[in-house]
Amino acid sequence: MNYVALKMLFGDRAKYLMLLCGLTFAVMLIVQQGSIFWGLMIWSQSSISNLNVPIWVTDPGISQVDEVKPIADTAVDRVRSVPGVEWAVPLYKGLLRARLSNGEYHQITLTGLESSTLIGRPAEILEGRFEDILQPDAVALDQWAVKRMGGPTVIKIGTIFELNDKLARVVAIAKTQKSFTNIPVVYTTYERAIRYVPRERRTLSYVLAKAKDGVPVEEVTRRIHEQTGLGAFTAEEFGWKTIWWVLKNTGIGTNFGTTILLGFIVGMAIAGQTFYLFTVENLRQFGALKAMGASTFALSRMILLQAFTVGLTGYGVGIGLATVFGFLTARSGGFPFIETWQLLLLVLVALLAICTFSALISIIKLARLEPGIVFR
Amino acid sequence: MSMMDSHTQPAAVRARGIVKSFGTGDTQVTVLRGIDLDIHLGEMLLLVGESGGGKTTLLSAIAGILDIDEGAIDVMGVPLSALPAGKRTTFRGQTMGFIYQQFNLLPALTAAENVAVPLLIQKVGRPEALRRARAMLDRVGLSDRAEFLPKNLSGGQQQRVAIARALVNEPRLLICDEPTAALDGLNGQKIMELLREVGRSPDRCVVVVTHDSRIFHFGDRMARLTDGRIVSIEPIAREGTA
Repeated sequence: MNYVALKMLFGDRAKYLMLLCGLTFAVMLIVQQGSIFWGLMIWSQSSISNLNVPIWVTDPGISQVDEVKPIADTAVDRVRSVPGVEWAVPLYKGLLRARLSNGEYHQITLTGLESSTLIGRPAEILEGRFEDILQPDAVALDQWAVKRMGGPTVIKIGTIFELNDKLARVVAIAKTQKSFTNIPVVYTTYERAIRYVPRERRTLSYVLAKAKDGVPVEEVTRRIHEQTGLGAFTAEEFGWKTIWWVLKNTGIGTNFGTTILLGFIVGMAIAGQTFYLFTVENLRQFGALKAMGASTFALSRMILLQAFTVGLTGYGVGIGLATVFGFLTARSGGFPFIETWQLLLLVLVALLAICTFSALISIIKLARLEPGIVFR
Repeated sequence: MSMMDSHTQPAAVRARGIVKSFGTGDTQVTVLRGIDLDIHLGEMLLLVGESGGGKTTLLSAIAGILDIDEGAIDVMGVPLSALPAGKRTTFRGQTMGFIYQQFNLLPALTAAENVAVPLLIQKVGRPEALRRARAMLDRVGLSDRAEFLPKNLSGGQQQRVAIARALVNEPRLLICDEPTAALDGLNGQKIMELLREVGRSPDRCVVVVTHDSRIFHFGDRMARLTDGRIVSIEPIAREGTA
């Protein structure tokens, strides 16, 4: 009877296409919006992922990575003294304004790395040598800084600009993940970063650390917190802390959640209604099948097969379209679009729920169907 | 009124004291009021009568499609009215064939596929079901239309497909509801001729509900229903018979 079910489904081409379009639209909307949402969330913690260090130590009251709460310089040594810590280095992170030679001002995020190790340096360098930031007045930029501050004709290797009336010379351009705020990142040494910014009593933003081999990183963060009283987080914990902060303090979660829910409801409404109509219009045929000996169970299986066939086709097409959209818009990294297997699995579950709901309405109708309808 | 006959062999369909009502309270309508009826193998029984007389309700009850309020129906010795719904459905699929006024062919399936449906319901493999369906279409004179969709067939051809579908699993009870009502006179005659030629057999009985007097002569007996009761059952005289 599977054959009959599929022929019935594909035979009514208009309804099949309407069902397919509804489900494809729902899947595409959910995947597209879900991927953009997740892309934004990943961007919100790009300050953590770009530095790629396992342990972040800072003020225990910190809410998220971009909300810097300076701590005492002595924190570095205190962290180093904690058993299980292999190394610990200082990190400066703060906002500053850059003044270009053409007189334009741009807000930048100044990141100061420990000069002897350059721990936290970007993994990929597009132009120049990152080690050259050890030279006098030298800084490195990320590719987004080049774009935001005037493009490659204005910002290139050798370009000089001012940070708080002090010279900064571009020696390298690094490839990084774009940040949520899209503020250009300027890398330099920790010592020079301190010189660029106005004098403050406390200048240390973070202590970056690593656990010794064989010691669990969670155990080391716990020890750091207990022994120093500072907030110590694994990179993953700090990333999630940042994501939750964004969700709680911005409308992003609600906004995307609403759109995704809308996609789900629209998909369910279109699929449910069309499928129900499809069943109602075929009631006499189903009644005839029932009269000929097809059980309600057999008819239910036919309905489920039809629902899941069109559902899974819509799933494939919807994901394909969303992926093409993501590929076209986000291949340069300039658009937040991250499609994860967890999202695809979630959408599959949502789609199966839509299909089951649609099929159930029809199955209830069929279960109540008197085969005697064929005699009327 | 009790209407049994004097056939010597046991009845293939045996209905006793059938009562069926619809609705409740003041709106209750009793459609069948104590029907007794025997139908024998090898015969074609016509159920006739005015509209609303209970013909289709009786047909549905004999087919096990409709639950009855009182009485008992045995089909081929099986107490159909006492069977649970699931077993009744299985029994119906194995024992009965149906021909409807509106044909009820599945529009997306070809003629051969439509004919194969009862076999597919009985879990016969698709290649075998289609082979048998084509053979049956050949018997009803439609072998050259096997791959046609119903919409590309005339009304008469569609009813032939429906007859082939009803007979493909060799049912012992063939139930026909107004099989000529949607056809013109000539096609109606042809369909009834076909039903007599192909549908009737010594190990099968055929029940036809109709009020088309032009086809009465095709039956062996005629039961007349009025107001939920069988008021007469008479053999139909045919040329060359007594």
